[in-house]
Amino acid sequence: MDSRLPPDLRDGIRDALPLLLGIVPFALVAGVEAGLTPLQTIGLSVVVFAGASQLAAIDLLGRDAALGVVVLTVVVVNLRMLMYSASIAPYFRELSARVRAGCAYLLTDQAYALALARYVGDRDRETSTRRPHYYLGVALTLWIVWQAGTVVGVVFGAAVPDSWRLGFAVPLVFLALLVPAVSDAPSLGAAVAAGAVAVVGAGLPFNAGLIVGAVVGVATGIALEGRGVGSTDGDGGGGSDPAEGH
Amino acid sequence: MATSYGPPSIWAVIVAAGLATFAIRLSFIHLFGRVEEVPPWLERALVYVPAAVLAALVAPDFAPASATVEAALTPELLGGAAAVAAAWRTEDVLWTVAAGMIGLHVARFLL
Repeated sequence: MDSRLPPDLRDGIRDALPLLLGIVPFALVAGVEAGLTPLQTIGLSVVVFAGASQLAAIDLLGRDAALGVVVLTVVVVNLRMLMYSASIAPYFRELSARVRAGCAYLLTDQAYALALARYVGDRDRETSTRRPHYYLGVALTLWIVWQAGTVVGVVFGAAVPDSWRLGFAVPLVFLALLVPAVSDAPSLGAAVAAGAVAVVGAGLPFNAGLIVGAVVGVATGIALEGRGVGSTDGDGGGGSDPAEGH
Repeated sequence: MATSYGPPSIWAVIVAAGLATFAIRLSFIHLFGRVEEVPPWLERALVYVPAAVLAALVAPDFAPASATVEAALTPELLGGAAAVAAAWRTEDVLWTVAAGMIGLHVARFLL
C-alpha cells in the first residue's frame, strides 16, 4: 500500500479488508435485483448507501407499495444509525461542518463499529485532529467496494436467466440479518409479533401492514423487556453488524 | 417484480430516502454540543427495530397462500428454512444466501 498515505488511513483500509467478504455478496444482491433500471439501482446505492434499506426499497417498489411507505420503511430500517451518530459524534466535534457532513454520509454499521473500538481505546488527546483518518480509511473502502459490487451485480444480473430466481436472494439477505438480531426473548417476541401482523395486514392498502407490523413488534419487545422476560442485556440491535469479533 | 411506477416517482423515492437517511446519519454528529445523547426511551425502542422491521419485511414473502399443508410447503418456504438454519450456524450473509438458493432449487426439483 502507498506509504505516503497517513498511517491512520492505512490502518483503516487494512482493518476494513476482512469485512469485504460480507459486503461484496450483499452489494451484488443489491445490484442484481430486477425491477429498477440499472441507473436507478446504482443511483439508489450512491444516494442512500445503506444495504438493507436499499433492498427494502427495491422489494416494496416491486410490490407497487405506496411511495410514502417506501420512504418511511427506509427511514425505519435506518433509524439505528441515530445511535451510531450520537455515539461517534464526540470524536468528530473538532472537525469542520463540511468534513462532519462527509463523515455522516459514509456512516455504516461496520465503519461505526471499527472506528468506535479504535477511538475508545485511544486516550491520546493529541491525535484528535487525525481522528477522521482511521474512520475515513474504513468508511471509504466500504463505500468504494459497495458501489463497485452494485455495478457488478447490475451487469451480472442482467445476463442471468429469470429461472435462476436471483431475486429470491433479497428475502434471504433479510433472513441473514434477522436471525442474529433475534438475540433474546424480547427481540424474538418483537420479530414474531411484527411478522404475524405483517402477514395478517398484507391486504392493507399501501402495504401499510409492514409499518404497522414493525410498530407492533417494537412495542412488543419493549413490553416483554419491561416485564423482565429473558433479559440478557444482549445487543439486540447488533444484528446487521458483521464487524462483531474484530 | 417489475414496478409499475414511472422514472420520476422512482427517482423521487431515491432522493427522499437518501435525504432522510443522511439526516439520520448527520443528526447527532451535527447537533453534538447541544444534545449530549439519545433520549433513553428512543434508545430502548431502537434496540427492537432491526428484529421487528426485518421480520415484518420478510414474513409476507414466505407466508402460504392458504392454510393447507400443500399450500404451505412451497420451494420458497423450504429455501427460507435452509437459509435460517445457515444464518443460525454461520451468522454470515454469503452462506445464508447460498443455502437459501440451493434449498429453493432443490425443493423446486423435488416438489
